[in-house]
Amino acid sequence: MNIINIEHISKVYQVGTEEVHAIRDISLRIDKNEYVAIMGPSGSGKSTLMNMLGCLDTPTSGIYDFKGVNVSQMSDNDLAKVRNKEIGFVFQTFNLLPRSDALHNVELPLIYAGVPSQERKERAREALVNVGLEDRIHHKPNELSGGQRQRVAVARALVTRPAIILADEPTGNLDSKTGEDIMTLFNEIYLQGNTIILVTHEEYIAEHAARIIRIKDGLIERDEPVKNRYIPNGRKFTVNQ
Amino acid sequence: MKNFLFELKEGLSISYRAIKANKIRSALTAIGIFIGVTSVVLMSTAIKGIDNSFQNGISALGSDNLYIDKWKWFQDEEWWRTRNRKNLTMEDYEKYKEAARLPVAVAPSVWTVQTLKNGNITTESTILTGTTSDYLGTTNFTFSQGRFFSEVESRGARNVVVLGSDVAKILFPRDNAVGQSIKIKGQDFRVVGVLAEQGSFMLGSMNPDKQVYLPIGNVFKYFQSEHFRSVTIVARVANTAMVEKTVEEAQSIMRRVRGLSYHEEDDFSINQQSGLTKIYDSTVGVIQIVGLIITGLALFVGAIGIMNIMFVSVKERTKEIGIRKAIGAKKRTILGQFITEAVVICLLGGFIGLIGAVILSKIVNQFLPTSFQADAVILAIGISLITGIISGFAPAYTAAKMDPVEALRYE
Repeated sequence: MNIINIEHISKVYQVGTEEVHAIRDISLRIDKNEYVAIMGPSGSGKSTLMNMLGCLDTPTSGIYDFKGVNVSQMSDNDLAKVRNKEIGFVFQTFNLLPRSDALHNVELPLIYAGVPSQERKERAREALVNVGLEDRIHHKPNELSGGQRQRVAVARALVTRPAIILADEPTGNLDSKTGEDIMTLFNEIYLQGNTIILVTHEEYIAEHAARIIRIKDGLIERDEPVKNRYIPNGRKFTVNQ
Repeated sequence: MKNFLFELKEGLSISYRAIKANKIRSALTAIGIFIGVTSVVLMSTAIKGIDNSFQNGISALGSDNLYIDKWKWFQDEEWWRTRNRKNLTMEDYEKYKEAARLPVAVAPSVWTVQTLKNGNITTESTILTGTTSDYLGTTNFTFSQGRFFSEVESRGARNVVVLGSDVAKILFPRDNAVGQSIKIKGQDFRVVGVLAEQGSFMLGSMNPDKQVYLPIGNVFKYFQSEHFRSVTIVARVANTAMVEKTVEEAQSIMRRVRGLSYHEEDDFSINQQSGLTKIYDSTVGVIQIVGLIITGLALFVGAIGIMNIMFVSVKERTKEIGIRKAIGAKKRTILGQFITEAVVICLLGGFIGLIGAVILSKIVNQFLPTSFQADAVILAIGISLITGIISGFAPAYTAAKMDPVEALRYE
């Protein structure tokens, strides 16, 4: 089933008197339970595409169908609703609220969704347990290591049971060992049936995904499955497709 | 509604954390509101106090009294027209009293300014009102000691006086005044009564607390010639609804008494205290408005302080706003969050301001009457709430309309 169906979208920014075509013409589909990496050098339009996929921004032209609903013309408030319900963000810089503990950070999307306090706390706690942070529930971000912070962010992304997980350079601020742990976590999440979109510029990280979309100059350069998918825990095996 | 409560609760807990994280900044900002709320509340209690004092004074004098006089009160421009009128005499009073059916009490009054002595203690420039025993019926006087002079004392022009509370305090600081004697212009007068405090410094020389009452005959006998003084006739109207009819009656009786033919103008005036109230309203009203504007300025400065600090806070927390928006916070939610924060700071300042106003109004009460009531609490909370909403709105709105992509990128 299609979750994301993009047809001929473009994005033009006005910088002074000059028009910058961040995305020229991109069409793509992403199905349920896909693990897609989006790659590209800086300035390729990769970030713009990610913002659009994450409903943080709308295209200048073209159609973006998300779960059968056209979101390309939606109002800011409706987009906020879609982000809240259907998209789980994981950022390079974690983006946790510094003054709130892990539990409250994970609760946040549920607060905006209007989930009652009791249920909210249970679900947030469960999400933290699932990422292996059962003993860090009441720690604030500055009391946690980088890897632990990123796991709080992953728990926050998963707690609303979104249609897609959108991870923007999730290992960019982590050492390679911790990065590997996070990628293991993503693999588990993927195997549980979730849809993951990973934005990265590192080939090695991208190879954890099952499909790589390469962007260049606002166009899709290549879109192909990964032959030798890199499975964390040191094992590498070929996915039969 | 459910969502609103959620967001309010979340807004409150965010404000709590934000204020805790910036204790000094929040405290300094709250001080601005504290000063503003204190001054506004204090000013309003002072205004209320002055007002109460004035109203009490008016009601002690009798609020619906008519004063039939040679002069027209409260109207300066007609002074030249009234100066050549004939004086009102005691006969005029007697005739009016005889004919009038509507007033519940009628009394003549003349005043004179004299020095009072009790041994070494003297009071300079005290107003003596000469009247009859009927005068009591035109007032709402209450007594702390003794009584008003009787009809017999009044008719016989006995040497008796009734002291206003302030006069009694000066002449008899320790002793009981009733039964004692005072000297006025060499004559001995026996004190038969002392008024309880009637109370209004706003009435100035009309304040009964500063006056002395004695039988009218004494005034003519010792201080003033009857032929040169015009008598003021005080008539108490039965109730407010009867004012107009009593005035009409008084006018027709007085025209007859004064022997005026139909084409002649009245050579007397029927004055009412509403004239006094009007003067009070116009002068004190201006003072009130100016006072509230000045104190309001203090509050305004406080509000600008809040707005300023909220703008700083919004700028500092751009990233946080970005995160919240990415996670699904709507414009309304962000708007509410920052307005809540401004309101919480204002309420903190307002609450302390209220305590400050309570203490200060107790101190000010030593010099000026203040009246601190429950509505001052509502006023303080209301003012801080509204100040918070107004001063928080612009910063909250900038926060709410931020682009999530830009906000997330902000470092």
